[in-house]
Amino acid sequence: MRDVAIVAFSQTDHRRSTEELSEVEMLMPVLHEVLEQTGLRTGDIGFTCSGSSDYLAGRAFSFTMALDGVGAWPPISESHVEMDGAWALYEAWVKLLTGEADTALVYSYGKSSPGPVRDVLTRQLDPYYLAPLWPDSVALAALQAQALIDAGEADEPALAAIAARSRSDAAGNPHAQLRGPRDQGEYLVRPLRTGDCPPIGDGAAGVVLAAGDKARELCERPAWIRGMDHRIEAHSLGVRDLTDSPSTRLAAERAGAFERPVDTAELHAPFTSQEVVLRKALDLDERVRVNPSGGALAANPVMAAGLIRLGEAAAAVHRGESERALAHATSGPCLQQNLVAVLEGEPHVG
Amino acid sequence: MPSTPAPEVLRAPLVVEFPFTRSLGPVQSAFLTGLRERTVLGVKTSGGRVLVPPVEYDPETAEEIRDLVEVEATGTVTTWAWNPEPRPAQPLTTPFAWVMVRLDGADTALLHALDAPGPDAVRTGMRVRVRWAAERTGAITDIACFEPHDGAAGPDHDGAPHHSGEFADPVTRVVAPARLDYTYTPGRAQARFINALAGQRITGERCPSCRKVYVPPRGACPTCGVATSEQVEVGPRGTVTTYCIVNIKAKNLDIEVPYVYAHIALDGADLALHARIGGIPYDQVRMGLRVEPVWSEGGRHPDHYRPTGEPDADYDTYKELL
Ligand SMILES: [Zn+2]
Repeated sequence: MRDVAIVAFSQTDHRRSTEELSEVEMLMPVLHEVLEQTGLRTGDIGFTCSGSSDYLAGRAFSFTMALDGVGAWPPISESHVEMDGAWALYEAWVKLLTGEADTALVYSYGKSSPGPVRDVLTRQLDPYYLAPLWPDSVALAALQAQALIDAGEADEPALAAIAARSRSDAAGNPHAQLRGPRDQGEYLVRPLRTGDCPPIGDGAAGVVLAAGDKARELCERPAWIRGMDHRIEAHSLGVRDLTDSPSTRLAAERAGAFERPVDTAELHAPFTSQEVVLRKALDLDERVRVNPSGGALAANPVMAAGLIRLGEAAAAVHRGESERALAHATSGPCLQQNLVAVLEGEPHVG
Repeated sequence: MPSTPAPEVLRAPLVVEFPFTRSLGPVQSAFLTGLRERTVLGVKTSGGRVLVPPVEYDPETAEEIRDLVEVEATGTVTTWAWNPEPRPAQPLTTPFAWVMVRLDGADTALLHALDAPGPDAVRTGMRVRVRWAAERTGAITDIACFEPHDGAAGPDHDGAPHHSGEFADPVTRVVAPARLDYTYTPGRAQARFINALAGQRITGERCPSCRKVYVPPRGACPTCGVATSEQVEVGPRGTVTTYCIVNIKAKNLDIEVPYVYAHIALDGADLALHARIGGIPYDQVRMGLRVEPVWSEGGRHPDHYRPTGEPDADYDTYKELL
């Protein structure tokens, strides 16, 4: 099997609203920037894959509009996932592993500003037993948070500390939507306060993957993907132990995350309580730097926030700040689906 | 005070409504029909676990399960969350608790709402019972919500009784209505296009790389993947490049059928747009026909296009735009 690496990453500044821009107008600077980092042009890319959701846009086949931004002209080899872009990256990785392409462009975007995103996300739930009750994304996360509190694995001060650490770290991230310390605020759905929840906003991200020597050519210190896997929990919330994430643990195991310790972890935990669950599933202790970017609590463009975790982890490797980083992405309510990737820099010589 | 106003962001309400009709399998049908009859059913796995709400396949083994059992309408809260501001379409309009409830006789929990006076009245482990909706149709909302209940759980409920799942007039499908309200904003390129239309002008945008003029512009050249920004006025006249004859009347549209819908290459544009053709019998529309827009009173876009009376365009002048 050949080696594949993330060689470039870019993202928008994430904002509460980008109403003056269409999706493709928001996305295009990101695409241009990520290509510029590698010197590639759209026509040089072997495979293009994107992630987004029609439910955010409120329009069918909305991703076709964004395709204008990549020069989607035959014979482009292109695909789309109706999910977070992290899963588009997985598809691109497989494409490169099989040798069907040497380079891939992965991008994703989400504008949450046009619709009521808490309600919109209820439409991804089981349509027989859950969707008719309209339990919104914050409510479902709050049920999980209370389960953790009841189990003695967290309390409100511990959750507040996660919020504070994330927003403080985000002060160094020029793209983040919420930067610097903030008040925990009122209960949104108890036990979660405003500070425990991600900001609602718009944003986009792009990543370039390359295989073998091509990666070395395009990037001084490629972030090699040592393993990547994604798994899912049982569909029904009531059969799950909400305080645990066995699917994350299994994905991490299959990705090789437990073979050696990582120094950095970018976790896609939109709610503070979810970081508690993920740390346990991934066996991360305080020696690991978790979400130095501020994570999804600082910017959560739906459908791009997971891809951004992969991009931030790779960028830490590119900059030489990390030797071995873990990136995690999630989708669905209460950490329903989970993807884990392990990224490494080339070992230092001498 | 005079100042340069920021470009106006155009906004319009966009309502998406979709009543999905979904058919039910034998297990979901029995469960939802049971709710209509105030009977709560679960399924028993081969390992002896009772799942409520029931599913057709064991989440652990993927084994098909059909063994229906009846559980109680009372249960225990396994986790909860206080919802101070109910959102539209949620089960209760006053503040309530979301709860996961393990019904007596079940091993898994069901999500629903709990009617309680405040968060201090709710805790994990509290006893609750179903409050049935007055009108029941065979849906999860036949449970109006849960309410506090002072009875203790029965001793051990391993013996949840078997149930045939058979009811008179079973529910075989559910309709899941959904409505989402968005605010649509078209972005820079389309806003410029729409604003020009208000002045009865049609504008495209030229790609700085391949020089093609796109109309309506979307802000990017789909061939080159670069931003377009140079405004170009196109038309108003154009050429029919291809067309179809519409014979079926669309809902809420008062145009007599048959009529012609056509692709029109406006003069100066490198992409055809589409519009209705009027002012000529439908069976006389042809490729190459020269047309011009007809604006309705106060309309923000051409109502239709009509023949200009010029000679037909030569095929070579529009063949690249087909
Ligand atoms: Zn072009």
